[in-house]
Amino acid sequence: MSFKIIVLAKQVPDTRNVGKDAMKADGTVNRAALPAIFNPEDLNALELALRIKDKLVDCEVIVLTMGPFRAAEIIREAMYRGADKGYLITDRKFAGSDTLATSYAISLAVKKLEPYHLVISGRQAIDGDTAQVGPQTAEKLNIPQITYAEEIIDVDQTSITVKRRLERGVEVVKSKLPVAITVHSSAPDCRQRVTKLLMKYKHCRTVTELQNETKDYTELYNLRPYLQLNEWTVDDLHADVSMLGLSGSPTKVKKIENVVFASKDSKVLSSSDADIDGLMKELLSSHVIG
Amino acid sequence: MANFYTDNENLKFHLAHPLMEKIVRLKEKDYVEKDQFDYAPRDFEDAIDSYDKVLEIVGEISGDIIGPNAEGVDHDGPQLIDNEVKYAPGTVDNLEALKKAGMIGMSLPRQYDGLNFPMIPYIMAAEVVSRADAGFANIWGLQDCAETIHEFGSDEIKNEYLPRFYKGATAAMDLTEPDAGSDLQAVQLKATFNQEDNTWYLDGVKRFITNGDADISLVLARSEPNTSDARGLSLFVYDRTSKAMTIRRIENKLGIKGSPTCELVFKHAPAKLIGDTKMGLIKYVMSLMNSARLGVGAQSVGLAEAAWREAQKYAEEREQFGKAIIQYPAVYELLTNMKVKTDAIRSLLYETARFVDIYKAYTFISHDRKLDQPEREDYKHYLKLADVFTPLLKLVASEYCNQIAYDALQIHGGTGYMKDFPVERIFRDARITTIYEGTSQLQVVAAIRGVGNGVYLKAIQNYLSIPVKPELQYLKSTLEKMADQFGKIVEKVNEHEENEFLDFHARRLVEMAGNIIMGCLLLHDANRSDVYKKSAEIFIRIGRADNISKVSMINQSHPRDLGAYKS
Repeated sequence: MSFKIIVLAKQVPDTRNVGKDAMKADGTVNRAALPAIFNPEDLNALELALRIKDKLVDCEVIVLTMGPFRAAEIIREAMYRGADKGYLITDRKFAGSDTLATSYAISLAVKKLEPYHLVISGRQAIDGDTAQVGPQTAEKLNIPQITYAEEIIDVDQTSITVKRRLERGVEVVKSKLPVAITVHSSAPDCRQRVTKLLMKYKHCRTVTELQNETKDYTELYNLRPYLQLNEWTVDDLHADVSMLGLSGSPTKVKKIENVVFASKDSKVLSSSDADIDGLMKELLSSHVIG
Repeated sequence: MANFYTDNENLKFHLAHPLMEKIVRLKEKDYVEKDQFDYAPRDFEDAIDSYDKVLEIVGEISGDIIGPNAEGVDHDGPQLIDNEVKYAPGTVDNLEALKKAGMIGMSLPRQYDGLNFPMIPYIMAAEVVSRADAGFANIWGLQDCAETIHEFGSDEIKNEYLPRFYKGATAAMDLTEPDAGSDLQAVQLKATFNQEDNTWYLDGVKRFITNGDADISLVLARSEPNTSDARGLSLFVYDRTSKAMTIRRIENKLGIKGSPTCELVFKHAPAKLIGDTKMGLIKYVMSLMNSARLGVGAQSVGLAEAAWREAQKYAEEREQFGKAIIQYPAVYELLTNMKVKTDAIRSLLYETARFVDIYKAYTFISHDRKLDQPEREDYKHYLKLADVFTPLLKLVASEYCNQIAYDALQIHGGTGYMKDFPVERIFRDARITTIYEGTSQLQVVAAIRGVGNGVYLKAIQNYLSIPVKPELQYLKSTLEKMADQFGKIVEKVNEHEENEFLDFHARRLVEMAGNIIMGCLLLHDANRSDVYKKSAEIFIRIGRADNISKVSMINQSHPRDLGAYKS
């Protein structure tokens, strides 16, 4: 059986390059001011998945993303890099989901794709930074999990050996399959989009996107059915609505604060070697550098 | 997270030129491959969208990988180890990224695994890569050789070599020899045909060969014994896997240090003949050189863009006498002129590439079927324009890029002279552009034909016959006066009926034509978008002053004065 990998990916606002209008007056993220991007660690996860595919050849990489209609872009971006297909989980009823409700919905979608060998995602998304969705999904699927993965050392049809990047070193672990893996940013950068794949898949659209197209794609879609991206709603997942959206989300945001970093005290150093040496040691010990 | 394509709106502007519809239709042969290949465009809009998105990938690789690697590559350079060229680690990274992204063999047809891109998007990619690292752009840009194999090689050679490009094969064009630089007719490297194994063998030395240790090399060699001119030369393809060539050394250069320039010794090296014997220099190398010159044009524009950006950034940040130096007229005039001249050579670059695109597309169509009368006329028209625009572009773009790099370093002051900022590398890298693929002096020799046969003047009159918005009319009137002045001074030089006198003023005349042509191009850019109004205005002002000074120089001279210049 072909080796099946499900990559969980999220479209996020680019919080790495924030301008002055990144936050609204009420302290929430101003999504309109930030470009929507592929969550960086999910790209690392995609790269590890594609490396497994390079190695095993008989391997299918499926991207699963949950979000508004425009999140279909994530699936296309993954396909330009080598993913085979993707599913968009989208429904207004998901709005306001916290990590618990999100992992519930994702686990239902993953179950629909059974049998699979691997569920792989980034460690965390740069908008919420919770690092909870991967592990919670694994729990709901009742499969083992390996977090903070940096490298896939070995993989076959039944087991996988993974190097984990931990705070004070690395750890190599082996697990039976299926397993859920979350990937650390120290994993290799994702490969570039490939010209021919981009031109092949750029017309991929979900049903909803097709409805908003001005051009008639009927002929093209009959010719190339793979261009139609799958869209799953609450009904498709047979989900319990009470476990979704705001009602399924026990997390409540109490308060959001704007933090402005300000210097508190300063220190005057002479240009002597001893002073410079002292400063270097201080910066090293406080992990500012090194 | 830099993208050298999306951060430069000029590229999208040129990609949207009205002539693109025709270019893409010809190149795609009315979109005949749309159902045959899943990555072929379905219509014009689809094709432009693909070019745009592919350029975005090139822009990202250039901004995130090639650009950041440039300093290391310049420092490390390639090394010669066990008769093999080892690229600098950054070069290896760059090539790997472009190869994996499928950026090699971009203009080849799909049947050979290419992307079938016209020159315009390919040259744009070359500009973007050059802005990141002009030396690396050479290694990547030598995929031009694929085009020559495609145009003139036999089916057997095409099937053997062309699909290797998409897989990442590198290429070299082995033309120059110790005693045959500008004068390629003097090439001595010997090609002998062995009846027994039905193979050609190469013996001799090549010098100053960019990327000499490439996978696939095109070698110009003397196949006809007892000849001494161009008619005895043929073009061959040499495969690196034969291991019948030694690399004597890698040159230690002023700039483009990441690009290995090699001295090669061929010893009984097996090779395959491209096309027919005796046509090597006359036909195939001329075509190869023309695309290489267009490539140097793109490299020059990329370097100019990089230099201007470095200078602009530095001038905004650097404060002297209590304010940013960009606020002083001596600095802001320099910066604006740099920007305006970059816009001008970019317009000339893409205009030339459009001409090349159209005539090349007709050439390939003519391999499948006979062109009809209007098509043949059209082909000839664009071929004629490409012939005189290519040397003009190479001349002007490379000279401007050097001026711009010089001024960019000047704006940095003492800091610019140090290795701390990229501008010193850009300055060194720029220097080669007026020298290789034919010196500026040789470009003038080719371009003066366009003055003599009236093709430049006709092109100018054609530009000036197109109406513009009323608010741009005054610029058009200035250009009309400049065209008139140009026509008269050409007549005046010709009145003397003395070739040496014409040669003496040739560069001045070619540059005058260049000033008017770039003025016309910027005028029409301004007509299409207000963004270019300032550039058109300033460029035409500079060009007019320059032409007046040249006319004054010519008017003061007489054939009898030439003696004063001879030693």
